[in-house]
Amino acid sequence: MSITLPSINLIAVAPLIVLVIFAFLALLSDLFVLRGKTALGGHLSLLGVIAASLFSFILWGIEDLTFQRMIILDRFSIFFNLLFLLSAALTILISYNYLKDQEMDYGEYYVLLLIATLGMMIMSAGTDLITIFLGLELMSISFYILAGFRRTRARSLEAALKYFLLGAFATGFLLYGIALIYGASGTTNLQGIVEFLKAQESPVNPVMLIGCGLLIVGFGFKVAVIPFHQWTPDVYEGAPTPITAFMSVGVKAAGFAALLRVLLIALGDLEPNWSGILWVIAVITMIVGNIVAIAQDNIKRMLAYSSIAQTAYVLVGFISGGELGMISVVFYLAIYTLMNIGAFSVVTMLEKKGEENLLIPGYVGVGFKHPLLGLAMAVFMFSLAGIPPTAGFIGKFYIFSAAVKSDYIGLAVIGVLCSVISAYYYLRVLVVMYMREPEGEVTPRNRSAAASLSITITAIGVLVLGIIPSSILELVRQAVRALI
Amino acid sequence: MDCIQSYVWIVPLMPLIGAVINLLLGRRLGNRVVGPLACLTVFISFCASTLLFLSLTKLPAESRSFTNLVYTWVLVGDFRAEVSFLVDPLSAVMILIVSGVGFLIHVYSIGYMHGDKNYSRYFGYLNLFVFAMLTLVLGDNLLLMFIGWEGVGLCSYLLIGFWFEDKKNAIAGMKAFIVNRVGDFGFMLGFLLLFWSLGKAGVWTIRFTELSANAHLLSAGMVTAITLLLFMGATGKSAQLPLYVWLPDAMAGPTPVSALIHAATMVTAGIYMIARMNFLYVLAPSAMTVVAVIGAATAFYAATIGLVQNDIKRVLAYSTISQLGYMFLGVGVGAYSAGIFHLMTHAFFKALLFMGAGSVMHGLSGELDLRNMGGLKEKMPRTYWTFLIATLAICGVPGLSGFFSKDEILWKAFSSDHGHWGLWLVGVLGAGLTAFYMFRVVFLAFFGESRTDKKAHESPGVMTIPLMILAALALVGGYVGVPEVLGGHNRFHHFLTPVFDRHTEVATHAHHSVGLELGLMVISVVVALAGIFIAYQMYIRHPEHPKALAERFPRLYNLLLNKYYVDEIYHAVFVRSLLGLNNLLARFDLGIIDGAVNGSAWLTKITAKWSGWWDNTFVDGAVNTTASAVISGGSVLRKTQTGRIQNYLLIAIIVIVVIMVVKII
Repeated sequence: MSITLPSINLIAVAPLIVLVIFAFLALLSDLFVLRGKTALGGHLSLLGVIAASLFSFILWGIEDLTFQRMIILDRFSIFFNLLFLLSAALTILISYNYLKDQEMDYGEYYVLLLIATLGMMIMSAGTDLITIFLGLELMSISFYILAGFRRTRARSLEAALKYFLLGAFATGFLLYGIALIYGASGTTNLQGIVEFLKAQESPVNPVMLIGCGLLIVGFGFKVAVIPFHQWTPDVYEGAPTPITAFMSVGVKAAGFAALLRVLLIALGDLEPNWSGILWVIAVITMIVGNIVAIAQDNIKRMLAYSSIAQTAYVLVGFISGGELGMISVVFYLAIYTLMNIGAFSVVTMLEKKGEENLLIPGYVGVGFKHPLLGLAMAVFMFSLAGIPPTAGFIGKFYIFSAAVKSDYIGLAVIGVLCSVISAYYYLRVLVVMYMREPEGEVTPRNRSAAASLSITITAIGVLVLGIIPSSILELVRQAVRALI
Repeated sequence: MDCIQSYVWIVPLMPLIGAVINLLLGRRLGNRVVGPLACLTVFISFCASTLLFLSLTKLPAESRSFTNLVYTWVLVGDFRAEVSFLVDPLSAVMILIVSGVGFLIHVYSIGYMHGDKNYSRYFGYLNLFVFAMLTLVLGDNLLLMFIGWEGVGLCSYLLIGFWFEDKKNAIAGMKAFIVNRVGDFGFMLGFLLLFWSLGKAGVWTIRFTELSANAHLLSAGMVTAITLLLFMGATGKSAQLPLYVWLPDAMAGPTPVSALIHAATMVTAGIYMIARMNFLYVLAPSAMTVVAVIGAATAFYAATIGLVQNDIKRVLAYSTISQLGYMFLGVGVGAYSAGIFHLMTHAFFKALLFMGAGSVMHGLSGELDLRNMGGLKEKMPRTYWTFLIATLAICGVPGLSGFFSKDEILWKAFSSDHGHWGLWLVGVLGAGLTAFYMFRVVFLAFFGESRTDKKAHESPGVMTIPLMILAALALVGGYVGVPEVLGGHNRFHHFLTPVFDRHTEVATHAHHSVGLELGLMVISVVVALAGIFIAYQMYIRHPEHPKALAERFPRLYNLLLNKYYVDEIYHAVFVRSLLGLNNLLARFDLGIIDGAVNGSAWLTKITAKWSGWWDNTFVDGAVNTTASAVISGGSVLRKTQTGRIQNYLLIAIIVIVVIMVVKII
């Protein structure tokens, strides 16, 4: 009797394997270095991220379905891999000094960061509800720990706990949804679900619909849409700032990558059943997110509500559907990654030990003392507000024209109105930075070459994507084509 | 010669280069380089614009239009947006005005801003402003126009708040930006609606030429909605009722900036946009009526406020609003070329008025109040003479530029198919008020006894020479558009006509007699002269009369002085209600957070265990750390006890149930 091993093409998961290897190396390195000198772990992680990016890059254009059709390698997953890896790299860059400064210089930090990235990559490559769930959990658990990493701080612990409890609930909903879908269709494979739905006559099995609804709720928690958002401000505020940056872009991007595959592709036939719900969610999220953001004095809370509102714009593209809609979603996620990490990088730089300097009035006069830092923040705020010639404008333009083309004119109108409102709170930061005389000394505490590099990359990226978006758009188009 | 046609991009690019250099390297270059560099870049744009204009005139009248594609910006399926510039008579005239007047303002600024500590930043912004405006008028599609549209809004915000050390100025900048955003919202909606409705008809495009060719596919109601929304954008940008409130406050910026905003850039954007979209407006007669009525109403309304203001720049600001009203009246009755003609002459004399006012301020070390001036005629002769010429021009005294353009608008308001004698009457009355308040300024500032102890002195040549150039333009600029009834050929009108749909401007001359046109012209001149005469009576012959009048009609006087209390009303209605909504929503979010104080016990226990375990496992046994951990653990407990998490979940579950119920029913 011979055992036949299933043939598994490891090339398809090469970037993931590389990342795991480096994660372990970083973990091991922590054993041999003195405490407080974790930069080595950081360097190793950065190297791992770069190596994984290179592998992803080389694999662009190759397609493969492996692990019993549970993991796919296509342009879509590679595009998202690169996006996650970019976020991870930028996060590592802004973490070096921050960790030292906040005295939370523990090597596990970078390891967890890589594992979280790994989870995201599995989510975007998963073609089975189980693999997607696996990736989601890998990512989430890493973030529960990372959110509480500043463990001498009550707020950080509170953030971790809250995130964990609500995340656990979200997981519950998600898993229950998966179970119901499995119950109705007899498969968890996305392709299998498509075939099942094709063969079904209407009306659709209500069990399937409930499963679908629970999936939306589960993902809704993860990408933080109203009314499943309440953890967001607290967690974003309490978590270490670089982690907030990573969380605000990576988790959302991964969530939407999975949502695109699950809702638009696998459950695409059920669209009439879920698009209404998403419509309501998007509208409420846009309106409430933007208006509540106006009242925030703490910049991290402000950015938390802003990120909720930004998610809603992505949702608008999502609802619009079709090729244009999907392109606008993926493109906006890429832009959002750059501008949000950029903004958080500036926040990280200005954070002070002891007194956190997170209140917006604390930014008085930064624009004069540090002209380049101020300029970069201006670029990010303009982009988030969707003012040309930044990438944020092009991104919004795509989303709203996708909505218009799909006859969601109401969504587009509300979106435009909300982005007009949002200009107020984004520009408020600039007013404080530029239009008031500094009272005391404003020194960026975490000024370091690495963090400056992160800000430079993101700021230039935001401008370049705003002025010549076609380069990245072509990649996005190819990625989306792979999906359809 | 024609090779210039592929280099249109030079026109907007030059000021952009100037802006980038001045903003990034300005401090290092020093003031001696910054100012001339900024002027030079705009001057090159002006030269390029002149060449473009000349190359355009060489073409036959029917084909005076070309585009210069720079690159494809956005490409989605069958839809593309390009960075591409359109040169036709309309944009050629606009770039000449913007870069020409803009250049003079730049030169003037060298003198005016001399010694300011943020000299390079100022010129950087100024360059950026000109860049944005040139992009706006040259863009061959709505998206590029919108970029310029937002750009001028942004630059005005930066420049109005330039002296932000004074909080009032920063607030004025913010106000300008926010009011403009309200207008922009209308513009964006109009844009979206146009894009969508044409797309439904099978044409996904945003290029003006293609929009124009396909405008007939739209239903009448749709066109009306689109044009009204676009006009809402124009009222914001061009300071018309009801969104004019930002412009008077925009005085907070340096005076040359006011000149730039009021004359060459920014406020003219709305007029330009409507003229550019004329192919839609002709399809929507009711929208045109709205434009004309709002224009006439604003022309009169702003003039009444201008009567009693004591701040010289504020009078000029209301006069700008009023003059813009005339331009809207012009385009609203379908006389697009008359509107643009007035835009041009107004650019000359209003830039001159502002720069003259700046010169007065410069000479009187910052004095703005007319009550503290007087007798400057001898001390500042160049300023006086140039200011007087501009005043005569704006009053519509025959022979000066303002006369020709204003009269053409008034005549069209009366005679055009879209016109009405009521519009004409309001316009004429406004012209009388204009003549009065402008001469009030002249008499108060330059005549009589000096009412200040400050030593006035004439401004340096770098400031007065631009004044003189503009004065020459204000004198003779109108002769490009002498109407036929006065023996001219109205070349300006004929040059612009190919841009505007021919049907709109034809039949206006036919069924009215020459005598009527001349008669109306005489009436408006008489009204203007009457205004000047009354001002002379009140401020030169009987200086005690104004006060007596104000005392006799205190309510009316205060109503005008306080600008009809519109700022106060807006504050009460809009600002407060938005704040209220904001508080409500914030409270909703926080209410959940601060909900039931008595959280459930199990959560507390878990928390205690969690943080205890965490601390015990990870924290080294150091006593200090333990102590701090206890404290932090304690505060964790306090916070979670407020029951936040349960409430979060409660909300989530309610929502889920609602979704399920709705879906299943």
